[in-house]
Amino acid sequence: MSIIACILVAIFTLAAALAAATLQKLMHAALCFAATFIGIAAFFFLLGAEFVGLVQVFVYIGAVAVLIVFTILLTRRDVDRDRGFKWSGVIVATAVFGGLIWAILNTHPLLIAPPPVQPLTVKQIGNALMTNYVWPLLCVGVLLTAALIGSLILVMEEKR
Amino acid sequence: MTPTLQIFLIISAALFAIGLLAALSRHHAIFILIGIEMMLAAANLNFIAFWRFGPQAPQPVGVMIAIFSIAIAAAEWTVGLAMVIAVYRHFRTTNVDQLNQLKG
Repeated sequence: MSIIACILVAIFTLAAALAAATLQKLMHAALCFAATFIGIAAFFFLLGAEFVGLVQVFVYIGAVAVLIVFTILLTRRDVDRDRGFKWSGVIVATAVFGGLIWAILNTHPLLIAPPPVQPLTVKQIGNALMTNYVWPLLCVGVLLTAALIGSLILVMEEKR
Repeated sequence: MTPTLQIFLIISAALFAIGLLAALSRHHAIFILIGIEMMLAAANLNFIAFWRFGPQAPQPVGVMIAIFSIAIAAAEWTVGLAMVIAVYRHFRTTNVDQLNQLKG
């Protein structure tokens, strides 16, 4: 985990996020959103959580980005550009960023250097999911099923 | 030289601010959802960073929270995009400034 790789990934991620937040062409902004999540997955790889990085790539770039592109194409009749920009959002976001930076820089760090890296294996994650986290896992399964059925009911055509 | 916890906290604060900017200043409903999702990703990055730099627990708690958070975000996307499509069918627009039927 070198600092140069970290800074390069940070520049890539934040530039893609800024492009996704401000680009006017909706399709370009959606692709920049996918690039942002590639950068966040790279952060997870740098931090030693490879499984979470892969899950992020599969879920966000594999499923959510495709869903966004389909929804933009399905709802594109009047605009494919997002015109106008509210400057009050910039002010609020800058204020929140300044407050967070002030809080981070005024806090004593927990540890100067990270502890020695113990590789996290998928077996460990599976053991944790099947022992201590089996109840949240079942709840998430029920939640996903309910969300799937709910979204199908929401977009169903009404019969008259 | 290895990066410290503070670098990751600053990066995720910047990502959170950009997500807030997108959620507050966009007119298109899908991009407001994208801004919310960036804020959620910043929180996930914080969980993973604190797990890496904190004392090592016997079970990877931060990783678990991040995995469950990603799964819940997937459920949120399905319902959110279905609502965008339903609203578009009804109002013929996705611009949130024109969806003011319930405004008092």
